[in-house]
Amino acid sequence: MAQFTLPANSVVKPGKTYKATTASNNTKKIIVYRYDPDSGENPRTDTYEVDLDTCGPMVLDALIKIKNEVDSTLTFRRSCREGICGSCSMNINGSNTLACIISLEECKGDIKIYPLPHLPVVKDLVPDLTNFYAQYASIKPWLQADTAPPPDRERLQSKQDREKLEGLEECILCACCTTSCPSYWWSSDRYLGPATLLQAYRWIVDSRDEATGERLDELEDPFKLYRCHTIMNCTNTCPKGLNPAKAIAEVKKLIAQRRN
Amino acid sequence: MSLRTPLSEAKGLGSAKEGVSHWWMQRLTAIALVPLAIWFVFAVAMLGDASYATIVGWLQSPIVTVFLVLFIIATFYHTQLGLQVIVEDYVGGWMKVVSLILISFLCIVSALAGIIALLKISL
Repeated sequence: MAQFTLPANSVVKPGKTYKATTASNNTKKIIVYRYDPDSGENPRTDTYEVDLDTCGPMVLDALIKIKNEVDSTLTFRRSCREGICGSCSMNINGSNTLACIISLEECKGDIKIYPLPHLPVVKDLVPDLTNFYAQYASIKPWLQADTAPPPDRERLQSKQDREKLEGLEECILCACCTTSCPSYWWSSDRYLGPATLLQAYRWIVDSRDEATGERLDELEDPFKLYRCHTIMNCTNTCPKGLNPAKAIAEVKKLIAQRRN
Repeated sequence: MSLRTPLSEAKGLGSAKEGVSHWWMQRLTAIALVPLAIWFVFAVAMLGDASYATIVGWLQSPIVTVFLVLFIIATFYHTQLGLQVIVEDYVGGWMKVVSLILISFLCIVSALAGIIALLKISL
């Protein structure tokens, strides 16, 4: 049964406030979700005042500054800081995005930062993505072909066929889309979610792949695929500007196409 | 604490290898309902405060009967498909099974009642 309210031990309470130590007028309040499973306490939101004059331009820069200079217990994932690794996906001012490619300037007012929605929280801004990765693995995201590759070269693909992968192969699996999807919130145990379905379509349209039919067979399921009700949160939130909703629609069209 | 692997959990019971019929019929009935619903609202509005005999006469016209039967079938088929999705989304366990059965029964009974009442008038 879908659960619409937080259990008592998950209710978020207001936490500590850290004032900016420098005498600057150019500060911004950053309100961050904090949860430490070892403490046994409820989650809380800590408020950090960040001096923008001594901070980098992106939200991730502010988080790193807080961790370095104010509160080293603040926990989050980050790596490339240029929107290609997908580690720093989090909910910033109500939208899932990558902290490294959203600037402090474009966030109006106080910045509220939460972990990706509706996932178990490991600590602070680090969600448990185990199920997300397992679902990705379940669609066999690799090239399947019975025909052996030519002995002297790689498998060839026409330019037109390669173009079909545009808007799909750029997906960095940050899970912003999947965790923004209400359908995924209610049925993540069975619905694959937009990121995994976009990846599935990426292999379905790959001209070198020979398992298209089997892939469509595996997806044709009331839950795995058809839980998508074209809510479009996935496309709205994708920090890479991709369109998972369209990829899902294309899969549905292919399944309809092969029966009549 | 489950000792199953995440991949085993994600694969679950595997693909049902169906769902496209539901998807297709929901769209088919939706398309059918566009002209049928507009026609129905328009026709009823045109009847206005017509007498009992006029309305019975209208219902007995073969074209009206056919359109109304189609309208009833499309409406309740579409209702059943839509409610089924909502229940599958939000309800779990035995409540889901009971709800799905009730919705099917209610839609079938309502559609049959409508069609038989109509046929009793028009035949």
